[in-house]
Amino acid sequence: MSRIGVFVCHCGSNIAATVDVPAVVEAARQLPHVVFAEDNKYTCSDPGQQAIKDAIATHDLDRIVIASCSPRMHELTFRKMLKDTELNPYMLEIANIREQCSWVHKDKAAGTAKAIELLKMATAKADRDAPLFTTTIPVTKRALVIGGGIAGMQAALDIADAGYQVTIVEKEPSLGGKMVMLDKTFPTMDCSACICTPKMSEVGAHPNITVKSLSEVEQVTGYVGNFEVTLREKAKYIDYELCTGCGACETKCPAKVTSAFEQGLAQRRAVYRPFAQAVPPKPTIDPTNCRKITQGKCGLCEKLCPTGAIHYDDVDRVTRETYGAIVLAIGYQLIDWAAFYGEYGAGHYPDVITGLHFERLVNASGPTEGHILRPSDAREPKSVAIIKCVGSRDVAKGRSYCSRACCMYGAKHAHQYLDKVPDGRCFVFYMDVRTPGKGYDEFYMNTRRDGATYLRGRVSKIYEENGKLICLGEDTLLGEPVRVEVDLVVLETAMVPAPDAERLGSMLGVTRDKDLWLTEAHPKLRPVETNSAGVFLAGACQGPKDIPDSVAQASASAAKVCILFARDELESNAMIAVSDSALCNGCGACVAICPYQALTLEEVSLRENSQWSTRMISKVNPGLCQGCGACAVACRPGALDLRGFTDEQIVREVEALCQW
Amino acid sequence: MSRIDLSRTGETDLDAIARISREAAVRLADCYQCGTCSAGCPMSHEMDLTPRQLIHALQLGLLHRALEARSPWVCALCQVCSVRCPQEVRIADLMLAVRHAAKRAGLRPVREPDVFDDIFVNNIRSRGRNNEALLAGFFNLKSGHLTQDVRNAPRMAARGMISPRFNQVRDRAAVRNLVDKVLRKGGGTV
Repeated sequence: MSRIGVFVCHCGSNIAATVDVPAVVEAARQLPHVVFAEDNKYTCSDPGQQAIKDAIATHDLDRIVIASCSPRMHELTFRKMLKDTELNPYMLEIANIREQCSWVHKDKAAGTAKAIELLKMATAKADRDAPLFTTTIPVTKRALVIGGGIAGMQAALDIADAGYQVTIVEKEPSLGGKMVMLDKTFPTMDCSACICTPKMSEVGAHPNITVKSLSEVEQVTGYVGNFEVTLREKAKYIDYELCTGCGACETKCPAKVTSAFEQGLAQRRAVYRPFAQAVPPKPTIDPTNCRKITQGKCGLCEKLCPTGAIHYDDVDRVTRETYGAIVLAIGYQLIDWAAFYGEYGAGHYPDVITGLHFERLVNASGPTEGHILRPSDAREPKSVAIIKCVGSRDVAKGRSYCSRACCMYGAKHAHQYLDKVPDGRCFVFYMDVRTPGKGYDEFYMNTRRDGATYLRGRVSKIYEENGKLICLGEDTLLGEPVRVEVDLVVLETAMVPAPDAERLGSMLGVTRDKDLWLTEAHPKLRPVETNSAGVFLAGACQGPKDIPDSVAQASASAAKVCILFARDELESNAMIAVSDSALCNGCGACVAICPYQALTLEEVSLRENSQWSTRMISKVNPGLCQGCGACAVACRPGALDLRGFTDEQIVREVEALCQW
Repeated sequence: MSRIDLSRTGETDLDAIARISREAAVRLADCYQCGTCSAGCPMSHEMDLTPRQLIHALQLGLLHRALEARSPWVCALCQVCSVRCPQEVRIADLMLAVRHAAKRAGLRPVREPDVFDDIFVNNIRSRGRNNEALLAGFFNLKSGHLTQDVRNAPRMAARGMISPRFNQVRDRAAVRNLVDKVLRKGGGTV
């Protein structure tokens, strides 16, 4: 016979306002196996925990049920508390009477009744609790950072500075990500190159960091502390050991291609560095445009190379390495506005550009050497319309969320335009101005003082008339429709998840939200962890972010990696699946459904029905299993069960609910 | 409703607006359209454009909306807007500057305040001090509101609030010089 103690929490008025706590305690005393029940103002506080410990000793309790907030909030707190007592930390059940009861109901009588039912279920389950034990797994103290933008670089530098080895994987030929494309950064107007390129060279030169450019993560298996990662380093056709980065090869290449780095505003060669300050500071050959590789003719760069570093027969290199932790810093991309906004010309007007185009136009090392010249005729625009929220806060055509940085870089673009074209007129169409950051609102107000005309309203249509672009909108403060004629339109487009987010997310078991951003383990309290142990998030892959926020999150994820690496061994999850070899028929449904590759089929010899037979049965890898329970549901013979959530416990809960 | 073309705002409009904001010592861009001014304004029920809307028209370069508005003339210059503005925009001063600009453009959307002002200034100029009885009398004559406040006159006289006696300052010439100086400069703001 178990001896259950029940502790009902008021949580101040969070629970007590909607649930009659003394009535719940009284009901608990009537439940089977409950030998003690009491309430507490704040169970999670120090006095609350002490009261539980005292009750365990005084009443000789062998398991406890706490009716309080969600187990996501304080289950770990109470498990830690039980470590100071005679009880196994898993002899604990939590009835969630806050998030799933008091917070969602208003009627106190109904709330109390529901709280009692939740408690009945928890005590029925607790009656079948069994002690669970963890094991230890070793940690490989080497980190993988996926993505070489500002967040990835910051995370890599922090982990490397702590003394651990880091590999940084970048799919482009150079580190730098989106930040290195930017001209200046708000609100201080530091030139992006002056603060981003030194970071790039620091990463490139750091003794603890290995940079793998033009590389992708192909496969990840394993688990926290021991991820087995397959990396594909694409053929660069240049031997980086021999290449000195002199640039001779780039001078004579006859193949010219539109530069993606310059947003299509300039051309590059087939053998190229995306920009002068690229890291690694060496060129690559783009095989789809190289004449030697595609047609077998040319070979000029090979002749020019003084060190013989060029190899047209280079191939991809696939390597396999073990890492203890992975930081996802794969960033964002801008929404393909032209696909959704026919009313803005769907990309047919050359002078309707995006913010990133504008960054290149205003950049001193960009295609126009920093002169703002409109793409169609290379003339200086005498008037500009800046349109914010293109694709953001637009449920019908774009995304429902606010992209957070556009109000600021929109203000920055207006400021930069009025700075370079002092007699120009600048109209900014906005719905709201959102400037939550240090010095941000001051920056915005200064842009207004520079002379930018802010018009509150969305643009409904852009069309061309006599060489001018006409924007139709409403100034909602005026309450009247307005029209402006301008030479250039800049669309501040929404941030959306990077194209790799889906593939990498599912490979690493990181969930994605409704907008497909990678999700953190808890929106407030675990912002850089994911639900996959050992996988962390940095920067805009978790949601739209500006540079300061990305850097802060990157350093936070680096700290989490270092915490992991500070230990030699990790405690494994105790609540994992177990397989009953007598029941398993080797169908393999569990292997297929497991998102963590924790299940395998193994050949075993068993003595069954007085006969020896050899057959396949499923086996759980305790290091990989995250205890999600998918296999237990998929298993038709009922061979798989989840410790801490056994079939029997769940049936008991359902029975408890149905009996009364 | 016809669509306003904001890019066609003439240069002269922008110059005139720049002069208004200079005279009022107001930076129009400082206003972020929160509406505190309109919310506290005791005269807003009499206005065609609320103080916020008036500033917005100026921000957009819509000079004539501002000059034709009744609001600057209805404004009591009580300063509640200026005192409460979180951006320290001196709205009442702007109201006065718009009045001056309207007068320069030959506009006077509400006649009475202008008539009142002129009589008041003349009173000061000729006697160095205002005389309420004279002010009220002339105002009623010039504005055409002949019987306005007449019923109150006996009571006000009984309590010494108005008096037929002229209170004059000793050095009337000095005050006259002062007023003329200001008038030569086209008036002034608070």
